[in-house]
Amino acid sequence: MPLSVGIAGARMAAGLSRLVGAGGGTTVPGKVLSSLDPEVLDRLAQRLPLGAALVSATNGKTTSAAMAAQILSPRVRLAHNASGANLLSGLTSSLLSADSPELGLFEVDEAALPEIARRMRPRAVCLGNLFRDQLDRYGELEHVAERWRSVVQNLDPGAVLVVNGDDPQVGDLARERSGSVVFGLDDPRHKVPELLHAADSKWCLRCGRPYEYTAAYVGHLGDYRCPACGHARPELDVAARRIELRGLDGVDFSLETDGERMPVRLAVPGLYNVYNALAAASLAIGLGSTLDDAVAGLERFRASFGRFERIPIGDKRLLVLLVKNPAGANEAVRTLVSGGPPRLAVLALNDAIADGRDVSWIWDVDWEPLLAGLERVVVTGERAAEMALRCKYGGFSAEAIEVVPELDAALDRGLELSPGGGELVVLPTYTAMLALRRIVADRGFVQPYWKRAA
Amino acid sequence: MTIRVAHLYPEYLNIYADRGNIAVLSSRSRWRGIGFEVESVSLGDVLRAGEHDLLYIGGGQDREQALIALDLAARGEAIREAVAGGAAVLAVCGGYQLLGRSYRGRDGEELPGAGLFPHETVAGDRRMIGDCLLECELETGVRETLAGFENHAGMTRLDDGAVPLGRVVAGFGNDGVSGFEGVRVGSAVGTYLHGPLLPRNPWLADWLLTRALEHRTGESRQLDPLPDDLEEDAHAVAAARAHSRGGRF
Repeated sequence: MPLSVGIAGARMAAGLSRLVGAGGGTTVPGKVLSSLDPEVLDRLAQRLPLGAALVSATNGKTTSAAMAAQILSPRVRLAHNASGANLLSGLTSSLLSADSPELGLFEVDEAALPEIARRMRPRAVCLGNLFRDQLDRYGELEHVAERWRSVVQNLDPGAVLVVNGDDPQVGDLARERSGSVVFGLDDPRHKVPELLHAADSKWCLRCGRPYEYTAAYVGHLGDYRCPACGHARPELDVAARRIELRGLDGVDFSLETDGERMPVRLAVPGLYNVYNALAAASLAIGLGSTLDDAVAGLERFRASFGRFERIPIGDKRLLVLLVKNPAGANEAVRTLVSGGPPRLAVLALNDAIADGRDVSWIWDVDWEPLLAGLERVVVTGERAAEMALRCKYGGFSAEAIEVVPELDAALDRGLELSPGGGELVVLPTYTAMLALRRIVADRGFVQPYWKRAA
Repeated sequence: MTIRVAHLYPEYLNIYADRGNIAVLSSRSRWRGIGFEVESVSLGDVLRAGEHDLLYIGGGQDREQALIALDLAARGEAIREAVAGGAAVLAVCGGYQLLGRSYRGRDGEELPGAGLFPHETVAGDRRMIGDCLLECELETGVRETLAGFENHAGMTRLDDGAVPLGRVVAGFGNDGVSGFEGVRVGSAVGTYLHGPLLPRNPWLADWLLTRALEHRTGESRQLDPLPDDLEEDAHAVAAARAHSRGGRF
């Protein structure tokens, strides 16, 4: 079958999927076409005149890729999987729906990266971080790191590798490849006093001794050095310095590379978004963008859906923060609390495959700083009772926990408890976040994600 | 009255939210007016039999387990002596494996165990991942269920005559074929089930605390009951998960 015929059929399937209300149709056309021709992604990628750039990480890949899209889109026509469909089928769908794209810009699932890189032969790969995440699905951190190492070894000679030097496992990948772009934070005023419970890569890659940190910024990300063998953070090519957190409103920093520096004012908060911004800027610069373009794009960027997204509902607002693993949830908690801790929160825990069927990760999150400020918590989702136990054994009064398993009822209850003009904080896992957005969209308060993503 | 706890290698073996188990044991002691002191016993620290009423050891990734295995094996005698003296033990996943006689990884490399539990573990080709439900009878005539989550490549074979923790109602268990899960030696319990295990199975937490108190005081006593509505709800959901999607070969 000619590729063009397959494409027409697959596009029709996307329309059908939306018509029957089955979802955004963001992966259906890819699934249809991939089932017809498994090599289709390879061929679609070959058609891109500027090639493909891939972004992967445990945390922040959606935001990093969206920031890079803001930087690149004024000058280049992109195919970009903004809705987060980051497996082979989702990338294929994005390529099909894009209008004569020049560059493919894709966030890619950590585990899917080897196959996707093999098929697409990317001209740039940006690797952000590795945290423990959904062990029932991804397996152990070391194994993901090993697969990433093979991705790097198999890159085309001219491809650009961008890595987060602050992550020992990820930064080490740059040592095998000259011309890599290494980014990281450099402002020890913002270090955490001690590594949080969920910190992962604490032991030296080479010799197994504990790293010493001049500064740990987010989880195990920071400026590390092994006192025994000297394995340390590589030199930074792109750095964020003079970081000023502006509560929940955003964060300012100086973006510095190659002797140049420019101030950046981000409209999304938290140190982890500085990491996302560095990943995006480094990737764009690696692809040929100027520092001016990078800064302008970063400053235009607004929250991706479910990532610190504010949704007005009548005279109140939802503040939605996706949580999906310990490191990400810890940063959500830290950022929320730094902006003045909320007194009410809705915690939504599902256990579908995309959330992780194993819910034990909620016990590795340091919820306590959030719980300390809460007067009441509404827990919801299919594993609401498990979340209730996490709060109870985290020292939160059982009487102040409301268990409302149905999401729409929990949302109503949260809104009912929120004062007029107030903001209701909701922390959902991935499928709970999608369901929540559907509920809010059905009530007419937000556009469905597949429209916004277009 | 204070229960003295040794938490073995907490900074290495903590992959499946082991601190949730500690939080449950600690809270359920304190709510009853019983003290609960946790001491970290890690690489190079001294562990003396009899100084602790309860030992806890969790699970880690292969790399972390390899870092502590020799140190743990060298403590085998102290651990066996502690259990012979009536101390309670909860060992989860990697800790459960390493308290046996040996663990052979997929690369063929064999790690020595502490020799407390009568079993050997060999890594298989397939991981056993999913919700798991057990039926247990730790006290004669008292049947309880345990609902947890398992994720292991290790196939654990109990010696003939060894006592498993429970019968598998749904899920894989020790090796996916025997129909049994975990092991029990005196007041020591080993299991693959995390979740973490104790929040949604408070009866096991209370059993461990009871045995630890007996070790401390030399006399048996009943613990005061606690309101466990949330715990029972969570147990019911997890048990239903095991029935609907627990793993099997």
